[in-house]
Amino acid sequence: MRILLKNGRVIDPGRGVDETLDVLIEDGKISAVAVNIPKSAAESTYDLAGLIVAPGFIDIHVHLREPGREDKETIESGGRAAAAGGFTSVACMANTSPVNDNQSVTDFILAQAREKSPVNVFPIGALSKGLKGEQLSEIGDLVHRGAVAISDDGEPVASGFLMRKALEYARMFDIPVIAHEEEPSLANGGVMNEGFVSTLLGLRGMHAAAEEAMAYRDIRLAEVTGGRLHLAHISTAATVELVRTAKSRGVRVTAEATPHHFTLTDESVKGYDTNTKMKPPLRTAADRDAILEGLRDGTIDAVASDHAPHCQDEKDVEYDTAPFGIVGLETSVALGLEHLVATNLLPLKRFVELYSSGPARVLGLMKGTLAVGADADVTVFSVKKETTVDPARFRSRSRNTPFAGMKLRGAPLMTIVGGKVVHGAL
Amino acid sequence: MRLKSRHLLGIESLTPEEIVLILDTAESFAEISRREIKKVPTLRGRTVVNLFMEPSTRTRTSFELAEKRLSADSLNFSASSSSLVKGETLIDTARNIEAMAPDFIVMRHQMSGAPHFLARYCRSSIINAGDGSHEHPTQALLDAYTIRQKKKAIAGLKVAIIGDILHSRVVRSNIFLLRKLGAEVILAGPPTLMPLEVARLGVKVTHSMAEALDGADVIMMLRIQMERQGKGYFPSVREYYNLFGLTEERVALAKRDAIIMHPGPINRGVEIESKVADGAYSVILDQVTNGVAVRMAVLYLLAGETGDADSAEERPGH
Repeated sequence: MRILLKNGRVIDPGRGVDETLDVLIEDGKISAVAVNIPKSAAESTYDLAGLIVAPGFIDIHVHLREPGREDKETIESGGRAAAAGGFTSVACMANTSPVNDNQSVTDFILAQAREKSPVNVFPIGALSKGLKGEQLSEIGDLVHRGAVAISDDGEPVASGFLMRKALEYARMFDIPVIAHEEEPSLANGGVMNEGFVSTLLGLRGMHAAAEEAMAYRDIRLAEVTGGRLHLAHISTAATVELVRTAKSRGVRVTAEATPHHFTLTDESVKGYDTNTKMKPPLRTAADRDAILEGLRDGTIDAVASDHAPHCQDEKDVEYDTAPFGIVGLETSVALGLEHLVATNLLPLKRFVELYSSGPARVLGLMKGTLAVGADADVTVFSVKKETTVDPARFRSRSRNTPFAGMKLRGAPLMTIVGGKVVHGAL
Repeated sequence: MRLKSRHLLGIESLTPEEIVLILDTAESFAEISRREIKKVPTLRGRTVVNLFMEPSTRTRTSFELAEKRLSADSLNFSASSSSLVKGETLIDTARNIEAMAPDFIVMRHQMSGAPHFLARYCRSSIINAGDGSHEHPTQALLDAYTIRQKKKAIAGLKVAIIGDILHSRVVRSNIFLLRKLGAEVILAGPPTLMPLEVARLGVKVTHSMAEALDGADVIMMLRIQMERQGKGYFPSVREYYNLFGLTEERVALAKRDAIIMHPGPINRGVEIESKVADGAYSVILDQVTNGVAVRMAVLYLLAGETGDADSAEERPGH
């Protein structure tokens, strides 16, 4: 099956391409990117005039909940949500039940994905057995079966010793160690950012320093060990600065930021909507602005959603009791287009980089490019189409979003994975 | 004039005029409590559920008494005897209570924002009787009533609030109320018990009792929870008392006619010396008395009445 994408604005940041071109897909690979490829070259042609054709978007931080909590999400439903949101690949965290700390769980995830997910799924193995922060999991085994990184995300690694050993050990496989930076005793059971708003609302706060102190520790350990460190969902101005200076020193550190941290602040917690409860928490306007600057200047390598589906009844409780996390796969791209592109904060090329080649580089995936011969993973989007976030239409099994009803400029329109159209709204 | 909202979730959302309306209305109701027959038919036929998810004898009995004096039917529901201990969620509990069609739910909860959550799901008027470390609006109203009773006006007074500011629900409501009515508020306590950026609420912050008490018209002491000792908030009760306990010598730093308040229950010898707690300037028991009148006023106004309590008797069935 040959597919021809005609007249789109092709943006391929890795190769410096930004011009109106045709893209020919053949046998699941990109077979030509050129001006005016004749329609006769393909069985199926899409005229994409006025739209952007980009390397398939990659979300390197999602929770698919399978195995264990299939009521919240499955690899299939999460995959559909990803495709609808413009993603061709996702990397899923290890905090499933059972935990992905052994090859049988990795095998299961990959088997489910092959059979049921419309998008590529890359498992992230647990850093420690059972995410307990005590003993390294069998990282070699996990990598051998297909894990692309290790992380105890959701459970901060309190032991500096274990984190050091993880960074040293993971070097053998050249995979990143993904860190959820939160020093537990400083976070002190907080449910939101500690600051004026937590004072006003009487909610227990977790101070920005809980993230920053551990981020500093881990950056220093990456420097000492030569390991690859990736900081998940960074949320404070000081963490952005830590990453910036570490990079300038040549430390092998990368970082991601989420759409909720570059769009919202802790002001959104007023009213006690549990859909504003996430980890790390929504921070101040100054922190949000620092995240935006980090996205602009290259300090932050990727946008990741931290898609964390939870059932409605788990969120319909008192703020203290609700689980942390929001869904993000179906809003991430549109939020990026609204807050990064429509605001002229970023050129389109940088935006595409943050969603495709940037995350591919973080995880060392052979993705994120439209080079001839590459897998035909393609995201087509509009910067003009206006949408309203409607959780009722989510493909995800969960609806926990603080963005319901929000009007956004820009939307993903077609998702192609391995040469197959898996989502199309054209 | 009426209250804008059918709920009383906090002081933050009230206007100064609404606060004054409640205080003025409470004055009419205070008179009822001095009568031989302390009961009016104002809320006859109305049902109030007292939903107390956290133990509170003082506030619960005060509300109960207020409800009884207004002839409402009231029902007590506490966490220890409720299906919450069997794992039922708050929303299911609320739906079950709602199915019995009460007019009011008076709610005490250990988590901040819980009454706001309930208000989204219930048709009844929700009265916040204290939520986590957030607000305790009727306490602030009864405090204001007591201050007004003793000092005539609130505007221009210097009010020193001393103790565990971080965990206090009373203090937030009091700051909102006292600032709205024009008082100067100064907070004192150890930095470990002071929430971040609290000065942005328009108050002064000090860690010196002398500074806080200097020229104060009102001294409002807050309860210290003994279990916080040894958890890093302060080294010992002894040291706390030495630094922040209200002694006779310290009271002398305040204005000669300063009044001393405490939301109760007091820890004698921890936050306040017995002689001071029982002394001539203590209005701690007046606060308890006034609590009933204030809560009657709140129930009355939320029932949609106009604030003229004197005419309440002439309108049986309301």
